[in-house]
Amino acid sequence: MSSERDKPFVTDDTQVQTATRDARMTGSGADNRFNSKLREAFGSSPFILTKFDQFMNWVRGSSMFMLQFGIACCSIEMMHTYSVKHDLDRFAAGVPRASPRQADVIIVPGTIVSKFAPRMKRVYDQMPEPKFVVGMGSCTISGGPFQEGYNVIKGAEEVIPVDIHVPGCPPRPEALIYGVAKLQQRIAEGESSPVTVKPYELEQFDDLERDEVVDKLAEQIDEEDLVMRYNWADSP
Amino acid sequence: MSLEEPEPEDGAVEVLPTAGDEIAELLGDLVVDREEHVNAPGFVIRPDAVQETLTRLRDEAGFDHLSCVTAEEREDRYESIYHLTSFDDRQREVSVVVPAPKDDPVSESAEPVFRTADWHEREAYDLIGVEYDDHPDLRRILLPDTWQGHPLSENYDQDRPQIVTLSEWENPLAEDHREEEGDTMYVNIGPHHPATHGVLHVKTVLDGEQVADVDPDIGYLHRCEEQMCQTKTYRHQIMPYPDRWDYASSGLLNEWAYARAAEDLNDIDVPEYAQIIRTMGAEFCRIASHMLAVGTFALDVYGDFTAIFMYAMRDREKVQKVLEDLTGQRMMFNYFRLGGVVWDLPEPREEFFETIRDFLDDLPEALEEYHDLITSNEILQARTIDTGVLPPEVAKSYGATGPVARGSGIDYDLRRDDPYGYYDELEWDVITEDGCDNFSRLLVRLREVEESAKIIEQCVDLLEDWPEEERTIQSNVPRTLRPEDDTEIYRAVEAAKGELGIYIRADGTEKPGRFKIRSPCFSNLQTLPEMSAGEYIPDMVASLGSLDIVLGEVDR
Repeated sequence: MSSERDKPFVTDDTQVQTATRDARMTGSGADNRFNSKLREAFGSSPFILTKFDQFMNWVRGSSMFMLQFGIACCSIEMMHTYSVKHDLDRFAAGVPRASPRQADVIIVPGTIVSKFAPRMKRVYDQMPEPKFVVGMGSCTISGGPFQEGYNVIKGAEEVIPVDIHVPGCPPRPEALIYGVAKLQQRIAEGESSPVTVKPYELEQFDDLERDEVVDKLAEQIDEEDLVMRYNWADSP
Repeated sequence: MSLEEPEPEDGAVEVLPTAGDEIAELLGDLVVDREEHVNAPGFVIRPDAVQETLTRLRDEAGFDHLSCVTAEEREDRYESIYHLTSFDDRQREVSVVVPAPKDDPVSESAEPVFRTADWHEREAYDLIGVEYDDHPDLRRILLPDTWQGHPLSENYDQDRPQIVTLSEWENPLAEDHREEEGDTMYVNIGPHHPATHGVLHVKTVLDGEQVADVDPDIGYLHRCEEQMCQTKTYRHQIMPYPDRWDYASSGLLNEWAYARAAEDLNDIDVPEYAQIIRTMGAEFCRIASHMLAVGTFALDVYGDFTAIFMYAMRDREKVQKVLEDLTGQRMMFNYFRLGGVVWDLPEPREEFFETIRDFLDDLPEALEEYHDLITSNEILQARTIDTGVLPPEVAKSYGATGPVARGSGIDYDLRRDDPYGYYDELEWDVITEDGCDNFSRLLVRLREVEESAKIIEQCVDLLEDWPEEERTIQSNVPRTLRPEDDTEIYRAVEAAKGELGIYIRADGTEKPGRFKIRSPCFSNLQTLPEMSAGEYIPDMVASLGSLDIVLGEVDR
């Protein structure tokens, strides 16, 4: 009696474990329906061991809220990507949100011109972190066919950081889906474009360096107004 | 509205002056000089006689449609050209040329005579720098208010830095709700907003639930289309750009506008076979465009994202499949060439025709579904019937065309009134509705889809039986085109949204000296304040949807 009491409390639960695992992996009926692939991947352990940030990245990539944001021609193809036949929802990126405050991903679908860039920057700033940008079409890469225009920003990268560029004029829906899938992969791996100072930033008017143009506009623009200054000569 | 029907009822239509000399007689000593444009006689007048001349032409000669205002800078002068025509007879055209001195480019505004001149002259001021006396509100329209210089004038330095502001807009009706006794509220709709169909900014002032003032602010997609065309060659380089004006799948219709103007300018013939292919392709584009209009309109009016929007997209996918087979691209076709089309129908032809016939066979049933879901839906009827009313005289004064005009009972369609392509050989009808409201405009679009299907069917019949040895897709066009110096032309086609006109002035080189696009959406959008002042705000959104604007074409 006493010798038994001195022994450490040991149970041989291998049998139980094996039985449970077998039931989970090969079990029949209702269980099978829920457990198949995931169980196989995780093996017998009842725990999923991962780093929390990795888990969060996987979650982010698997449930992306897109911003409903149409600019130009590409937005028509973007609509097609969201709706029947292509159905971006299948890739966990389906529900376009009208408010930037509810969105994780902004697809920039079209040419950005001087009047619109400050507004786009504002919309981007309103999105909660972490946020991601898909540049759709040639215009967001370089200005595309309108690159030589007097009013055209030479790519979205001049204003906001872009994670994925999808080339094309416009890209086919398949191409956009591929771009979104690539973005998911990047997010799952925890990558995103660094946030750096861009050539065109919103700044207060009185913070601008004084020069001829600023002096000329001083009467028209309030000192505290936010402005975006385009130095076209330095554009790529 | 004091505008009355310009043509008296007593059969006086024949005595309206059409030939250049008759008009010259009518205008008398207002005319300083004569010009001859390819499409119409041109009359040079003094810069201070614009209103008198246009009033006389409108009231006594029946030129009731100011189609376009083109401004340009020449070596020794500025010029504004008013392209006038008539809603009843599109083939009567006249150009009124108003020169203004280089050092002080001021001329009289045409706004009191034709209200559409308001925005056209603002655009001329913005891009060229011509100023208009007596204009109610001459400020920039496409470029930001703080822009320096006029980009399409001759000495513009494209490299000079520009500053654009992001500041709060002011309530134009002074007392805002933030003030103590103010009772109006200022609301920005757009430029990022789901109901504006792109990057339109509607400055709205509300008095309670009603719209007290509305001012569409455009230019958020002004991507220099005219500059692009002026720096490209006629023969090949311009053609890809029209696809990007009205990008809601009206590519071929836009290409046709350029093709028509450039072909008439260079005296190029188009083989009959190519015309039939063009006609067929263009009507497919019209269907795709109207489908998008209908789908998004339903989305605006009662938020139906699941049924009608998806149905419309499904049918658009079918159309795009056909167009992709034909042209090789889903949206930006670049399929027309001056003097024809780039290649013949895809092989095997039978298969291609079968795809089209399948689509046409399914279409009546699909339209039936649309009517069940939309036009016989009580919610939609309650929201659209008798809202956004646009009386025909107002529509004419604003130069509204396309389904917007036809929804107001104006029987005007360039495919019939100024025939081009193969339209005059085919059996089809121009659709008009007399309701003048949002519902009529919707109905016009849905019924036009049927007419387009009719046209396509006839084209397919013709193409199927076309003898193999006569399938000429392009006429012989020189590699480089250099139209004669100083020839000017203004030609329009019926695009999905209305009259899409192109003005080209040749300067003897292989690139146009001035390339001006008359966009139907630009003129149609001007009617928005007229339709929505005093209405409830949801009706304003419905009216905006019923105009079916595409910002790429509004801003160019």
